[in-house]
Amino acid sequence: MTPPPIDAATFAALRETTGAEFVQELVETFLQEAPSMLDDLRRSLAAMDAERFRRAAHSLKSNGSTFGALELAAVARDLELSGAAQVSGRGPQALADVEAEYARTAAALKDLCNG
Amino acid sequence: MADLRSGPARLLVADDNKVNRLLLTRNLELQGHSVASAENGRVALEMLRRERFDLLLLDMEMPEVDGFQVLEQMKNDLALRDIAVIVTSSLEGIDHVVRCIELGAEDYLPKPVNAVLLKARIGASLEKKRLRDQQKALVRRFAAPEVAQDLQDSGFTLGGKRVDASVLFCDIRGFTTLAESQPPEETIELLNTYYALMFDAISGHGGIVTMMMGDGLMAVFGAPLPLPDHGRSAVDAALEMIELIDLFDVERVAAAKPPIAIGIGIASGEMVAGYAGTNQRAAYTCIGDTVNLAARLEQHTKVAARPLLIDRATRERLGEQVEVEALGPVQFKGKTADVDVFAVRVPETR
Repeated sequence: MTPPPIDAATFAALRETTGAEFVQELVETFLQEAPSMLDDLRRSLAAMDAERFRRAAHSLKSNGSTFGALELAAVARDLELSGAAQVSGRGPQALADVEAEYARTAAALKDLCNG
Repeated sequence: MADLRSGPARLLVADDNKVNRLLLTRNLELQGHSVASAENGRVALEMLRRERFDLLLLDMEMPEVDGFQVLEQMKNDLALRDIAVIVTSSLEGIDHVVRCIELGAEDYLPKPVNAVLLKARIGASLEKKRLRDQQKALVRRFAAPEVAQDLQDSGFTLGGKRVDASVLFCDIRGFTTLAESQPPEETIELLNTYYALMFDAISGHGGIVTMMMGDGLMAVFGAPLPLPDHGRSAVDAALEMIELIDLFDVERVAAAKPPIAIGIGIASGEMVAGYAGTNQRAAYTCIGDTVNLAARLEQHTKVAARPLLIDRATRERLGEQVEVEALGPVQFKGKTADVDVFAVRVPETR
């Protein structure tokens, strides 16, 4: 069984400490920013720009853990630690996991904010 | 809530990630702080140089100028060195943390930042800053501002350096007799007024008071910062001191109190200036033959019955505007050769 994309306790704590309205705003910001991080990952991998790749993975990891997107954070952390060179060796599907996990996370976050 | 004793703290958040920046800012605002944010290290440094901040929350991973470079630049900038920095980062590896601390960061908070931990760390950091500010204020109260600045800039080390300067000694004539004739409270009050007047005249001419003992004081012109006309400045200060005491005496006489008189000796030349004492307790002072000579000259004002005596080196620095009378050579205790003594003529104020 796949774990839920968003850890309920982490998300609830975030709402508790900063307010539901603020969290909504924060989620919107993340949904605006994340596509460019994923784009950065693809471009830097294609260009073998290790530093930029690491930084994009790092940002995604950091934001994922903020919202309790533990799986997304874990996948991004793996990319950060592995580095562009190793990830590139995994073939054309190297970024599929992180893209799929982001899609799942984004959908769940939207649900949480509208629900 | 922010610590009300020191007012709301002004914090700067530097993080290139918008989600992190918003979240951290929100958390800090909820804790009662006033918060500004910067999206990279370059902007953060600009803001730190432009506005006053109590604390910086610094991300390490940033484009343009990263957190390490910010720490490095702050460490080498006197104006920014004392701003507390808490590093907030999800960088992997303990060596990063160590490097941050080595570069002067006060604390390290892993991301995502826990709000409770954040509050505790910020509270501790601001408290430490408050104590440091208090300590600086204390140093300023008990040391001349130039010495306090010198301490802050170059740190404290015992030992000194050679400087070309003028030293001034001053005391109240017949002070012991005076002190015996009145209650001690009145003597303290007299001393406080006397010191206030003397400090004003000395610092007004670029000198610093390095020692106070009873009614005696020592001041130096030309250290820790060089002073081009230190001989002239010392003599001008001395003339102003005598004038101020004359004015003070008008008040004393009007209040049916005995007038006071001061004697001043000044010598110029090379001396060693620096901190003398122990690592626990030390004072900024000057040492050397020139200093001894100034003290002897001040003692000699009683014998010569002149309020202001100077040595030849000071005399030669004065030019023609100051009227000086040569009193001839004098044999001082502890000096092998006779010393030429000069009396500066004090203009009549009344």
